[in-house]
Amino acid sequence: MLELELENMASKVLQAFYNDDDVLMHAVKKVKAAKHHIEEVYCPFPVHGLDKAMGLEPTRIAITSFMYGLVGLTVAIVMMNFIMIKDWPQDIGGKPSFSYIQNMPAFVPIMFELTVFFAAHLMVITFYLRSRLWPFKKAENPDVRTTDDHFVMEIEVHDNEKELRNLLSDTGAVEINISEKDLH
Amino acid sequence: MASHYEAPIRKPLVTGDKGYHDVTVDIAAPIEGRANKHWWIVFSIALAAFLWGVGCIIYTISTGIGTWGLNKTVNWAWDITNFVWWVGIGHAGTLISAVLLLFRQKWRMAINRSAEAMTIFSVIQAGLFPIIHMGRPWLAYWVLPIPNQFGSLWVNFNSPLLWDVFAISTYLSVSLVFWWTGLLPDFAMLRDRAILPFQKKIYSLLSFGWSGRAKDWQRFEEVSLVLAGLATPLVLSVHTIVSFDFATSVIPGWHTTIFPPYFVAGAIFSGFAMVNTLLIIMRKVCHLEDYITVQHIELMNIVIMITGSIVGCAYITELFMAWYSGVEYEQYAFLNRATGPYWWAYWAMMTCNVFSPQFMWSKKLRTSIMFSFFISIVVNIGMWFERFVIIVTSLHRDYLPSSWTMFSPTFVDIGIFIGTIGFFFVLFLLYARTFPVIAQAEVKSILKSSGSKYKKLRDAGKPLYAVSAAAPKVKKATNTKAAAVEEIVKEKAPKPKQNKKASSLLSAIGTFDPKTQKADDLKKVKGIGPKMEQTLNDIGIYTFAQVGKMKKKEYDLLDSLTQAFPGRAQRDDWAGQAKKLNKN
Repeated sequence: MLELELENMASKVLQAFYNDDDVLMHAVKKVKAAKHHIEEVYCPFPVHGLDKAMGLEPTRIAITSFMYGLVGLTVAIVMMNFIMIKDWPQDIGGKPSFSYIQNMPAFVPIMFELTVFFAAHLMVITFYLRSRLWPFKKAENPDVRTTDDHFVMEIEVHDNEKELRNLLSDTGAVEINISEKDLH
Repeated sequence: MASHYEAPIRKPLVTGDKGYHDVTVDIAAPIEGRANKHWWIVFSIALAAFLWGVGCIIYTISTGIGTWGLNKTVNWAWDITNFVWWVGIGHAGTLISAVLLLFRQKWRMAINRSAEAMTIFSVIQAGLFPIIHMGRPWLAYWVLPIPNQFGSLWVNFNSPLLWDVFAISTYLSVSLVFWWTGLLPDFAMLRDRAILPFQKKIYSLLSFGWSGRAKDWQRFEEVSLVLAGLATPLVLSVHTIVSFDFATSVIPGWHTTIFPPYFVAGAIFSGFAMVNTLLIIMRKVCHLEDYITVQHIELMNIVIMITGSIVGCAYITELFMAWYSGVEYEQYAFLNRATGPYWWAYWAMMTCNVFSPQFMWSKKLRTSIMFSFFISIVVNIGMWFERFVIIVTSLHRDYLPSSWTMFSPTFVDIGIFIGTIGFFFVLFLLYARTFPVIAQAEVKSILKSSGSKYKKLRDAGKPLYAVSAAAPKVKKATNTKAAAVEEIVKEKAPKPKQNKKASSLLSAIGTFDPKTQKADDLKKVKGIGPKMEQTLNDIGIYTFAQVGKMKKKEYDLLDSLTQAFPGRAQRDDWAGQAKKLNKN
């Protein structure tokens, strides 16, 4: 029992609250310069350059969108080739359906629409799943003020609480919280 | 930071010296407050119009399309006019949120949310018309490419009407996810401010658990940019395809290659006019004058002026091409438009769409709110006439003079149109009461570059921020949430020994008599936890009514009594919250 509890023990985190994006950026740079790992930063709005300063990898979501677009284009071509050329070829307005390529100009609008449809929706679904956003999902921001005007930098504490506190003491933080956080 | 720099010559986009928290409060205010009488009056009118439209739709479907004013010559009239009109209006929303995003126009941020809402609501109206015109709307799924019971007969992918199905449904659904993704952080803001459990639940559900992590924001910005890149050609394609409904036919007056760009320009033109109509009212009603400024209205007027002029060029080009083509049917179609029995519709269109926007060359007129509103209505009317002119005047005199006729709408035609206007306003009014009508997260991100408060600081050569040297308050707790706050209160809150201060506080806000009154659950007030409630009870504060009477002086007294969080009660507006809770 005891072992189990020890294993489930939450880790200790330090949360530094800031009320200005520029002050936050300075603090982030300072913490990174001191070679500490920043667990997370919660912001009420996108702070430009924060991801780079924190050392986050660039997102690849635009690449997925491009690939989803190719899927959509393929679906459109395969679908219309089957429906209009293979399965039930018709002579519409004196323009017989002999080959896909010859009839292609009439299919351009649908090819375009389905490319956009797939690229947009599948990318957004990917975004929602990767960022864990869906109905009935519980919010995980540590403080309600982080959607208003406060920024929270979260650093994991490994027996270096004092060092971290000293480091952050003159970064302009308005509050520092040290708490147990269940990471699982 | 250098990224916050903006040329001093640019006028502030957010006036009134707002800070981040002010933005939150201002955007949340219309939602957290109660609807006033005017809202209810307008909503009732819109709802009545909507119900009237529903009645007319039921009559049409149960009796048949014969209830409309259509005849064998004019077989498309108000239904398609209204369809094109509504789709066109929708275009401005995407233009503002997508095209202006690609061009990095910061002024879009105050208006994009409502413009996108307008897009979605008007495309819903547009979609109604083809569906009810089917006569048997329960068979609407026949437009989808699905195997059916008639052998393998498929939909016709050569038909612009089917292209329309794909274009409009892609447009509606992509606009919806674009809008919703942008709404997530703003719903999260409302969720975190909500006091009542019901509101908290609703906004938690709507915000999809948005937490605002750095990675989420990174993806959010990339997704917004890519969606804008996709939505830009999409919006151009939608009205292009709508124009194909006419342009690919062989009807004189419809069979023209200029239609796609001409329709797209017309769509932007009418859409911006509708945005102006809606926002001029909304900024007043919701007190958003600091966000939707005269500068925003002026910029929209300039777009209206330019697109109106493009539309004017298209009208004249059409006339020239009809003459230059040498096709006598084409020539007659245009001569008949301008001088035939529908001359009044043609000249109403010309006056409203080509002449009226030219007033916007004058700086004085385009910065006048009343005049802008007037012109926006004129343009809305003019653009409805444009579609009516294109559709009805091209049809009513066909190749066979014996079947020449006129079109007159029945009450059902008119009723359905009025019904869609009602439906549109019902949706928009509900939206304005429950949704954050301005993309507050985005506005906060431009506050330092374009807000008047920071612009003034920059002009004065002062820094935009200061790193405070004061040591931060350090708290330790076992839980990251409210308990952390309570620990401190427990440590610091003194027992109520300063009876003098306590009694002077109670004399201002009233005492509590346990015999006649019932204690309220003060924890419902945001910022009051179990410990703070205990402290307040110790002082003698038990009810919302008491908290509701607190003002600056009482807050200061309270702070000196508790010494827990100076200014917290005032910042969270305990009194305001308590007043609201007291009413419920």
